[in-house]
Amino acid sequence: MVPLSYYLILSAILFTLGVAGFLFKRNIVTIFMSVELMLNAVNLTFVALSYSLRQLDGQIIVFFVMVIAAAEAAVGLAIIITVFRNRESLNVDRIDLMKL
Amino acid sequence: MLSEYFSAVDFLVLKPVILLTLFGVGVMLTDLLLEERHRYLSAVTALVGLGFAGVQMWMIQSQMRQAEVNELEAFRGAVRLDHFGIFFFWIFLISSAIAILLAIRYLEIEQEHHGEYYALILFATVGMILLAIGTDLITLFVSLELMVISVYILTGFLRRDRRSNEAALKYLLLGAFSTGILAYGMSLLYGLSNSTNLEEIAFAISQRPAGDPVVLLAVITVATGLFFKVGAVPFHQWLPDAYEGAPTSITAFMSVGPKAAAFAFLLRMFMLPLGPAREQWLPLLIGVAVATMTLGNLAAVSQSNVKRLLAYSAISHVGYILLGLVSGNDTGLKGIAIYLLVYAFMNMGAFAVVVAMRRRDLIGDEIDDMAGLMYKSPTAAVLMMIFLLSLAGIPPTAGFLGKYFIFLSLIESQHFTLAVIAVLYVAVALYYYFRIVAVMFMREPVDWELPTLAPGIRIALGVTAAMTLIIGLYPEPFIQIVSRTVLP
Amino acid sequence: MYQLLFFVFAGAAVGFAINLLLQRHPIHSALSLIGVMASLASLYLMLGAEFIAAAQIIVYAGAIMVLFVFVIMLLNAGEEERTQRSRFAKYLGLPLILLLVTSMAAVIYRQVPQDAMVRFGDFPGRTADIGRRLFLNYLLPFEVVSIVILVAIIGTVVLARKDSETEGPGKAVVSEK
Repeated sequence: MVPLSYYLILSAILFTLGVAGFLFKRNIVTIFMSVELMLNAVNLTFVALSYSLRQLDGQIIVFFVMVIAAAEAAVGLAIIITVFRNRESLNVDRIDLMKL
Repeated sequence: MLSEYFSAVDFLVLKPVILLTLFGVGVMLTDLLLEERHRYLSAVTALVGLGFAGVQMWMIQSQMRQAEVNELEAFRGAVRLDHFGIFFFWIFLISSAIAILLAIRYLEIEQEHHGEYYALILFATVGMILLAIGTDLITLFVSLELMVISVYILTGFLRRDRRSNEAALKYLLLGAFSTGILAYGMSLLYGLSNSTNLEEIAFAISQRPAGDPVVLLAVITVATGLFFKVGAVPFHQWLPDAYEGAPTSITAFMSVGPKAAAFAFLLRMFMLPLGPAREQWLPLLIGVAVATMTLGNLAAVSQSNVKRLLAYSAISHVGYILLGLVSGNDTGLKGIAIYLLVYAFMNMGAFAVVVAMRRRDLIGDEIDDMAGLMYKSPTAAVLMMIFLLSLAGIPPTAGFLGKYFIFLSLIESQHFTLAVIAVLYVAVALYYYFRIVAVMFMREPVDWELPTLAPGIRIALGVTAAMTLIIGLYPEPFIQIVSRTVLP
Repeated sequence: MYQLLFFVFAGAAVGFAINLLLQRHPIHSALSLIGVMASLASLYLMLGAEFIAAAQIIVYAGAIMVLFVFVIMLLNAGEEERTQRSRFAKYLGLPLILLLVTSMAAVIYRQVPQDAMVRFGDFPGRTADIGRRLFLNYLLPFEVVSIVILVAIIGTVVLARKDSETEGPGKAVVSEK
């Protein structure tokens, strides 16, 4: 037996780690993976809440979030490929043709 | 038959969306069969699809009027087709149609004329429509992603252009990030209310004590996600780059259709589930609105690229629209609706002119490229001037109407300082809009390349210019339509 | 016993996630992410979400992450270089993150009722119930999601296909600047 809040705090930790990865990492693919980590944390929240609210809706939302994440990942990786094709570098600091 | 799963109302409400989806798939099929020089027929197919969807919606509207029904709920509460949704439907239809018209010659010049462009616009429109009529977290989330993923692809459509790649990348990364934050906020809303339906969430939040920290956390995360989508400060980082790098016809589309859809989503979220928590988000909203107006207007002053200038101007307009939400009264909501309607026409018109400037060897999106446009093509120059005047909010153009209602609503709700600040920024905006006008009319042309006024672009310019003037000169019927939209 | 399992998997998840941030080569980060997903799948099983746990492994770890690994290998991305990191990130980054996580955790801990427990058994429903609810209440999003997948397929083909005329970085077009 484990308090519900433990699950929710775990997901908050994972979410924050994802945010940190997004803000501080330099490689585009890793940045994108941090976003996937964030979405995983959200999924955990939904499943845990689904348990505590005794409903299946949370799990169904997780299903949808997974599909959307897959679609986004596919398109995102395709865009990363086009960037790389024209540029040969995956460092986000080098990608700044358009400045303020 | 399948009456337990799918009823007649569901089908009726969904007809326009089904048509658009079918035509989207159809466009891809016709594109397979057509040769390069007949590609514009794919565009025509897409436009026909939009036409059919419009006719369907018209029929639904007349059926609703006959049955004296104000809203149709479908799919067990997942969507609600009310005047709000119908109003936005028409904005989306117009913006998608113009985006298609602008693209035909433009994509030919860019040598990326593929039918998938038109299909993606139709699918994005499906997402936008469902976003405007959704009343359930899951439906809204999925529709939002449908729209946004289509636009990511469209932003990066010019595969060989580095700016387009970069624009798509930045838009996608920041968009995915904001989706993650929004999803976390939605999980909190779900936890608070045991439901994904917006009405039930609103009820659950109203039962919570004031100043409840979980509600506050939910408000902050959901609001952050939404502000990212509309491009409010400080979550606007993706906007100038995405607007500058995307194909210009897509920039036109992005700045109007998806933006209006994101606002519809934002309005529904702030009015319905987050409504009871108004005291908690009002200061946040005011801060964001002022910051957005400030940054948008000040940054636009120093831009040399027209698309980037229009991007920052778009940010500033987001600030004005958010002010309508700050006042929160009927006039404010009316102002937002009218603003978005008018904005659709004037912004797309301005971008249409920029699209026309693209010729074989010249990108044409720097302000200097528009030098002496008056002498090369007086029509284009005069139309651009009308659009710029409207963006600045000068009567008798339509742009004045939107700002007028927003400022009026601020005064009605006693936010006098905000009204003053907003008016001051209008003065600042005059400077950068008039800079373009001055360059067009008073400088010598650099070269004698005429702008490409292809038939699609002509139609687009005609429609947008006409509506900008008509709404400005004869606003009564439009104000009436908008009033019906807003009264829930 | 349940507590032990929870802490094992939770610790593994957090450990893998931190490793994702600390690794320099993206392939190691990808493998760490797969570790996170596997730990989460176990936690889903402990929460009684068998279908979601299976979907997590099959779809997330088995398809999405494989896609990531493919692309990392394809692009042959090297290690992350030490680029000029702003002072902001170096000094303010860690404290801000800790602040964010502790405030979120505090809010959650205070607000969730103390007696809300998770135990093995007593699960909200079976996979069949998920199916029923999905097609009764959530039919519309289900159909829309199929359009999303179609759009994703179109997108990947349009963006990433090899163009016969133009290939390679030499032929890139830089529009201005």
